[in-house]
Amino acid sequence: MTETGTIPLSIVDLVLASALVFVAAGISAWQRVGLAKGFLWGGVRAALQLVAVGYVLTWVFSTRHWSLVLLVLLVMLLAATKTVTDRHRGEKRTIAMIAGVAMLVGAGLTLAWVDVLVVHATPWYDPRYVIPLFGMIVGNAMNGAALAAERLASEMDARRGEVEAYLALGASPQQASAEPVRRALNAALIPAVNGLMIVGLVSLPGMMTGQILAGASPLLAVRYQIVVAFMLAGAVAITSACVVLWYRQKFFTASQQLLPRAAQAG
Amino acid sequence: MPLFELHDVRQERGGVAVLHDISLDIPAQQLVSLIGPSGAGKSSLIRLLNRLDDPASGTITYDGKALAGYDVRELRRQVGFVFQSPAMFAGTVAENLRIAATLAGRTATDATLTASLDAAELDASFLTREARRLSGGEQQRVSIARALTSEPRVLLLDEPTSALDPEVAERFMHTVSRLNRERGLSIVMVTHRLAEARAFSDYTVMLEAGRVVESGASAGLFASPREPRTREYVRSAQ
Repeated sequence: MTETGTIPLSIVDLVLASALVFVAAGISAWQRVGLAKGFLWGGVRAALQLVAVGYVLTWVFSTRHWSLVLLVLLVMLLAATKTVTDRHRGEKRTIAMIAGVAMLVGAGLTLAWVDVLVVHATPWYDPRYVIPLFGMIVGNAMNGAALAAERLASEMDARRGEVEAYLALGASPQQASAEPVRRALNAALIPAVNGLMIVGLVSLPGMMTGQILAGASPLLAVRYQIVVAFMLAGAVAITSACVVLWYRQKFFTASQQLLPRAAQAG
Repeated sequence: MPLFELHDVRQERGGVAVLHDISLDIPAQQLVSLIGPSGAGKSSLIRLLNRLDDPASGTITYDGKALAGYDVRELRRQVGFVFQSPAMFAGTVAENLRIAATLAGRTATDATLTASLDAAELDASFLTREARRLSGGEQQRVSIARALTSEPRVLLLDEPTSALDPEVAERFMHTVSRLNRERGLSIVMVTHRLAEARAFSDYTVMLEAGRVVESGASAGLFASPREPRTREYVRSAQ
């Protein structure tokens, strides 16, 4: 046991754990799922990525410089933006801009609130708090942004007739697209609501598990997890709202006309 | 003064010209038909009249004033539009009409809603019916009633009867014609049914491949077309 009570893991332990990835690859090969190579390559990548992150974090934690911490946050934000953009079928540059700024606002505000008002990290850029918190926030904001954008594009497409009927009656683009916006937000927020409902019942969240493994008392871990659950809800809601309210403008001209499908950013 | 004046209007779709420098006067307080074969540009043209689209070049005036000079939402309340396939909003017919009234800044009493329905020749029992469950013909009438709720001066109809069977379509056209005669509502209608244009409209514009072939009083245009292309088209549809 270490000072914090965690059992140290040796290389042999990791090799033994890797057997489980071979089991997954074996099942995949046996049933010809076509994912055996994916599991093996994914296993190697996961190990390499995490080891690299481990070294980077060790360095960042020991340096404890605000500019370095912000740089790490920026890289995380850019990686999340790229993921949303890759998943989106429409025009890439528009969605990259919208998702990037929306996550910056949603995840940034949430992190600032939690870091300064709730956790009282000192200094405010303490990487031991800021980096893992931002990782969880931006990961969830990313899923919200991707869902919101995808759903808004498909709703605007499916409801073209309805949207245009509204416009023809003298509605503003905001009024005409209210229903697609409502549905897109609903789709983006349902996972966040479900997350609040099932936390602790169906899943023990990663942060709580990590803290308990690291020797923290379950009651303290639970308090952190409550903060995490609330902040994820807030971050997803702010990010998704920014995405749909900005993205919907891309479906209309300045003269309040619905753009033809081919000319839409979606 | 003509209701609409088009001057050298050109429109493109996906970089391809669909209307070629059209100049045309559309008279007021009449029932005007736009006819012509598929791809003639009829729907592209009618969509310009309440600025659902803007032309690539050229000018259009409404009541002597350039369309661009109107507030676009105010223009659309004055110039109603009924689409080829009726897009009903979720909810009852009353809710559909109320949305239109709210958008027009009018208070929707039961009396005003019933009056709109009445103009579209639907009785008051429709108010509580689920709009999306109505038949095609009924939905098209609700579309008219919804457009009338904002008390427009002009009604644009884009192939309103194309999805209706002939009998329902004819009854629908009688309603449209009555709105024109009894309320002085100016109506511009795209149709591919020549019998409709001939029987109900005062004025007809024949379009082909994005150009006006001929326009004039319907009686004259159908009885003795000046242009060979109109003659051919009118004859082929008989």
